[in-house]
Amino acid sequence: MTGPALLLLILGLGVVAWVTARARATRMQTGAPRGAMHSLPSYHGWYVALWTLLPAALFLAIWANVTPAMITYAVLETPAAQTLPADRFERAAILSEARALATGQQQAAFNPASTPLVQPYRDATARYSMGGVALALALAFAGWAYAFTRMRPDFRARTRVERLVMALLLLASLIAIITTLGIVASLLWESIRFFSMVNPIDFLFGTKWSPQSAAMGYGNKDAFGAVPLFWGTIFIGAIIAMIVAIPLGLMSAVYLTQYASPTVRKWLKPILEVLAGVPTVVYGYFAALTVAPALRNFAVSIGISGASSESALAAGLVMGVMIIPFVSSMADDSLAAVPQAMRDGSLAMGATTSETISRVLIPAALPGVVGGVLLAVSRAIGETMIVVMAAGLAANLTLNPFASVTTVTTQIVQLLTGDQEFDSAKTLAAFALGLVLFIVTLLLNIVALRVVKKYREAYE
Amino acid sequence: MTASRNPTDWKSDAMQKRIARRYAKERRFKALGLAAILLSAGFLAFLIITMLGGGLGGFTRTQIRLPVNFATAPIVVDPAVLQGANADRALSAANLPVVTAQAAEAALGKDGDSLLAPNAWLVVRDAIKADPSILGKQVTLNVPASAAIDLAAKSDGTPEAEQAYAMLRQKGVVFRSFNWPFLSASDATDPTLVGIWGAFKGSLLTMLVTLALSFPVGVATALYLEEYAPRNRWTDLIEVSINNLAAVPSIIFGLLGLAIFLNFLHLPRSAALVGGMTLALMTMPVIVIAGRNAIKAVPPSIRDAALGIGASRVQVVFHHVLPLALPGILTGTIIGMARALGETAPLLMIGMRAFIATPPGGVTDPATVLPVQIFLWSDEVSRGFIEKTSAAIIVLLVFLLAMNGIAIYLRNKFEKRW
Repeated sequence: MTGPALLLLILGLGVVAWVTARARATRMQTGAPRGAMHSLPSYHGWYVALWTLLPAALFLAIWANVTPAMITYAVLETPAAQTLPADRFERAAILSEARALATGQQQAAFNPASTPLVQPYRDATARYSMGGVALALALAFAGWAYAFTRMRPDFRARTRVERLVMALLLLASLIAIITTLGIVASLLWESIRFFSMVNPIDFLFGTKWSPQSAAMGYGNKDAFGAVPLFWGTIFIGAIIAMIVAIPLGLMSAVYLTQYASPTVRKWLKPILEVLAGVPTVVYGYFAALTVAPALRNFAVSIGISGASSESALAAGLVMGVMIIPFVSSMADDSLAAVPQAMRDGSLAMGATTSETISRVLIPAALPGVVGGVLLAVSRAIGETMIVVMAAGLAANLTLNPFASVTTVTTQIVQLLTGDQEFDSAKTLAAFALGLVLFIVTLLLNIVALRVVKKYREAYE
Repeated sequence: MTASRNPTDWKSDAMQKRIARRYAKERRFKALGLAAILLSAGFLAFLIITMLGGGLGGFTRTQIRLPVNFATAPIVVDPAVLQGANADRALSAANLPVVTAQAAEAALGKDGDSLLAPNAWLVVRDAIKADPSILGKQVTLNVPASAAIDLAAKSDGTPEAEQAYAMLRQKGVVFRSFNWPFLSASDATDPTLVGIWGAFKGSLLTMLVTLALSFPVGVATALYLEEYAPRNRWTDLIEVSINNLAAVPSIIFGLLGLAIFLNFLHLPRSAALVGGMTLALMTMPVIVIAGRNAIKAVPPSIRDAALGIGASRVQVVFHHVLPLALPGILTGTIIGMARALGETAPLLMIGMRAFIATPPGGVTDPATVLPVQIFLWSDEVSRGFIEKTSAAIIVLLVFLLAMNGIAIYLRNKFEKRW
């Protein structure tokens, strides 16, 4: 019997258990005096159904994971396996080929030694899957019998079912912690392996980045200096993009909250939301295909040397546009949080709206705006597709915005796509870069949230 | 009392000038604000117009009416086989590319074959399969033109291709029609043959996995944190993790997927399953945050009323709070799913960038997704891919806009002011 069919069968048993237990509880209820039943009939149904389903499902999950090893062991015990070579790898190769033949993934054997093992494999598989089916069904029936016999009018079925529901909710909320731990563990683990090959000082302060030469065996000392990457990331994400995004985002927020009539606001705000919803790969394509060539032609026409078709400016400009809605909505929130009395007071003193905004509202909202900008920076430096498609791969340490620079995220993609060996410094370097990126964005977020929180408290 | 100050003479020239200056500044400031937002809107319009301008051509294709004379063609096939299941195999061995090439040379001149797409013979095959009686007759078939001719038809070709196209126009055998294969085919090496169906199906499967994992877990987490969690260190830790996960760059999730799902758990590479799991981890915090806000908005009086008539705490939440919060949760979920649908970087990390020429059959088959397909095509050298990339972007944007539109509609329709 195949896995899905068995699961369906057990699920069907669960449904039957639910219906019968509920019917029985309903009958109990009609006979019993008012208030004698502790739980509603459907809770009795759920209780019995869960006892039918869960032990069997749990058993199947474990069974599916242990049987392959047991089948292999059983095959090795057969007389046909006594002639196998002693070498571990050779033996494993033959066994896996026999398995592929037995399950029909492979039509013909490459290695004749695997052919006699096919029949033992089929036998063992059939034996174990039959055993699994029988045990699972037995467990389902045992669970059903146990729960069904416990049904009494005063049995606290609801309490028990609800306890399971609470356990499931708690389990779900732990997944967030597990994910965070998973990120930290995987990044740290691979980074530690990387730093056992490359000195962390060389990595963090070296100015020469050429992982290709390290892969070709020129040594790791001078190949993994990440400073050009850090500079490229800051240049694009924290400088050029912010020069675009801060004024445009802030002024958009000011106009939308202070000047625009409700109708205009209703039409303009969704446009900003759409800008935020465009996938980054589309921005990247636009930057690479439309913006970058235009900028290069412009740079060439005014005589700037070193203009590249993959420029920091193109990636930074488009990234800035991508960040506008983000800055705008953060500024919107902080402006809205400034007490109305401050605005009214300034207007009552005779200040124009623009004077009120630039002398009262924005200074008062500044901490919130700064927090929003920090969050925007953390998003910009973690952005991948725009820089992968438009910023280039050359690790330059340059101030020329028309030159090509590379970023941390670009290099992560570059290092991890294509052929991978999981013990080369080249591949592991991606995880070290990821760790740096993770720590920096985390710090930016913590600082930003603290600034925003402190400022909110000031007006409450 | 000292001598009182003279009242300001508002009518004086100096004052009038000053006020005029301040009002002019006010108008400039307001114009600046409007300019900022119009600039953003203009950029969006420019982006969309560029994509439409470059991509609409990708939805049409150029075809050539090709007369094929099967009576004289060197075709080697037994008509009896064509009825059976082996028809494809028999026809694949039946010398059809040569037949097609000869027909092209006869009809279009010496280089006739180079004007047709490399898969033109498949049209001939399908025609024979549909109606074996055409063997031995002269028929006219519509076959796709080559990438160069296709570009020339969209007045973007090389001079030679333009010449060849003009020749075809003169003969009146070339015409343009809607590019159905673009919607039904998968990735290919020739730009005239590519389609988005494979990538689209990959996206669909990936989103299915993402939704199946992130929605229940996200809703359960939101319910637990908002309704049941005691205020203690553990709860704080959960909250901090969720808020941090929402701000972690997406590529970090790709690294996690690569290290844990692929290298540690040995799940299949390039599969929609792994992509969906990775994106689910990314989408879950979005759903949790939206869900918590929606649950918070349900007034406490409803909980009190339900508790008051004897409902248990679980019944209160599942019978009353959750149904009332569901529209808000769904809005957040759709927005999170739209973000996941447009996500590229984490999927590159787990190997969903392979060349996939057949649509995936299940979640464990190698697959690619729409944004990654766009990325791959944007890297192609052949110029025919430019319009296909833009066309794929149009499809992706249409889907994202539709999803966001549904979210906004849901929000407006079910938003309740208590």
